Amino acid sequence: MREVRLSIVGFGVVGRGVTEVIRRKRAEIKEKFGLDLRVVAIVDLWGAVLASSDGKSGNEIDVDKVLDALQRGKADGLSPRESLETHGIKVEDMQSLEVIKEVEHDVMVEATPTNVESDGEPGTSHILEALKAGRHVVTSNKGPLALHFKKLMRAAERADRKIGFEATVGGAMPIISLREALAGNEILSIKGILNGTCNYILTRMSEENLPFEHALREAQEIGIAEADPKSDVLGVDTAVKLVILANALLGLDASYKDVSVTGITEITPEALNLAKNNGYVIKLIGEVDRDGKLEVAPKLVPKTHPLNVSGTLNAALLKTDLAGEIVVVGRGAGGIEAASAIIGDVIRIFRSS
Amino acid sequence: MKVSVDIELRDIPGQLVSALTPISELGGNIISVLHHRDRKTQRGTIPVQIVFDVEESKLAMLLRRLRERGITVVRVGTERLKEAALVLLIGHIVRSDVKELIDAVDKTGFAEVVELFLCMPAIEEKSAAALTIRAVGKDELEQALEILEGITRDKGILIVRPIEDELLA
Ligand SMILES: NC(=O)c1ccc[n+]([C@@H]2O[C@H](COP(=O)([O-])OP(=O)(O)OC[C@H]3O[C@@H](n4cnc5c(N)ncnc54)[C@H](OP(=O)(O)O)[C@@H]3O)[C@@H](O)[C@H]2O)c1
Repeated sequence: MREVRLSIVGFGVVGRGVTEVIRRKRAEIKEKFGLDLRVVAIVDLWGAVLASSDGKSGNEIDVDKVLDALQRGKADGLSPRESLETHGIKVEDMQSLEVIKEVEHDVMVEATPTNVESDGEPGTSHILEALKAGRHVVTSNKGPLALHFKKLMRAAERADRKIGFEATVGGAMPIISLREALAGNEILSIKGILNGTCNYILTRMSEENLPFEHALREAQEIGIAEADPKSDVLGVDTAVKLVILANALLGLDASYKDVSVTGITEITPEALNLAKNNGYVIKLIGEVDRDGKLEVAPKLVPKTHPLNVSGTLNAALLKTDLAGEIVVVGRGAGGIEAASAIIGDVIRIFRSS
Repeated sequence: MKVSVDIELRDIPGQLVSALTPISELGGNIISVLHHRDRKTQRGTIPVQIVFDVEESKLAMLLRRLRERGITVVRVGTERLKEAALVLLIGHIVRSDVKELIDAVDKTGFAEVVELFLCMPAIEEKSAAALTIRAVGKDELEQALEILEGITRDKGILIVRPIEDELLA
């Protein structure tokens, strides 16, 4: 049995999803892979919860208790820190970088907000610091990889550690790991629907003849779109994911700034109708090829095409030299879905090392 | 009827005029002439593609007259617009002169707007249009779409193109 100590940096939807999945799957992962996943540190802006101040082997955070405290505290209108403290969980005044450096662990799970305007911070520093301290990294945060792909990969190589980032693109839909599954193939191009929020909005506009603003509001009400939906509907989120695919799967040296981006805010129900009458749907498509084409734009997709997936689903069509065309479809967002990708990365890292 | 003929001309002055004369004699309307100087054949002749409009009943006579003048006719295409694509335009299309868009494509001689659906929800609101464009080949279709893209960009109209056709074969 190998013990794998994890830190979780950023305890929002995804961070909690990861603890939830560990809680559910721990015994199974032990049995199938011989890995004992233990959360030894959780750190967010409100402070840190640690297994023990010395981080000795064998100690771990009682994730049941943490999740339970947060849930009950929230119902009582308490802040995360208050929730934890009222339920007898000690919260340390430590910040993320300190935890990454000082607390002994094997893999850092990075799940802080994506930010491409601020150089990918705080994620970029978290990842570099973890590698420097000899820890593997598994991240759902897209910013650092979309801005500094080469730099981070080199840092990992130097440190002889791995970076898993399956969760950054397509949520639960496996796509980064197709590198291994399609080993020996050259991936020539990728076209994909990489943002569930836009796909949901376009689907609803088309089904119900709704103007963009109505469909967006509906998406916000049911928790599919963020309060600030700009990054999604302007195509920025898709562009960021496309850059990660370009670098990881096509071996380009691309940055977010190289992408030509058009969002979906100009799409009207009339346009969707005209498309429908002609056998098409409109989808926000991210597209990359070997010649360095990097484009995000609404496109006409034939109704019978495999990329015509509806609701919040994501999908990607990869063109390869040996395998021809490959299509993947899956749930692009959600805490558990992202955690599925994260746990997969963690298992792959430790199974092979 | 729209016709496209590929001919080969000897590389001496006056050949092109000689080839075009029978077309006008028979009331044909020349749309475009593409001179492929860069693709000189091994025989030393130059391939030329002529696109023109002519009454169907006069085509046979026209071809005979060309041959009588010693011009080699390599190919005659009457269904020349083989490739088609649908594009959507969203924006203030009518106000910004939809005719200009159509003319720009038609003027190429190798592509045409063959169908246009327009939907105008309300004055001051953005309208949407579906254009079917046909062209002689894939490259020409792409060129026509690029011409459209250039004009719409300047006018602030959004153009939605089909994803490249990559159906699973
Ligand atoms: N949600 C999904 O479905 C999904 C799927 C795939 C990938 N992702 C990506 O995964 C990441 C996390 O997403 P999420 O939905 O879990 O976001 P979230 O709910 O906002 O959680 C992020 C957490 O990180 C905290 N944080 C911010 N700065 C920090 C710092 N310097 N140190 C420690 N914690 C910090 C945030 O605190 P405050 O709230 O106080 O700022 C928040 O609690 C994002 O990069 C996102 O793009 C999300």
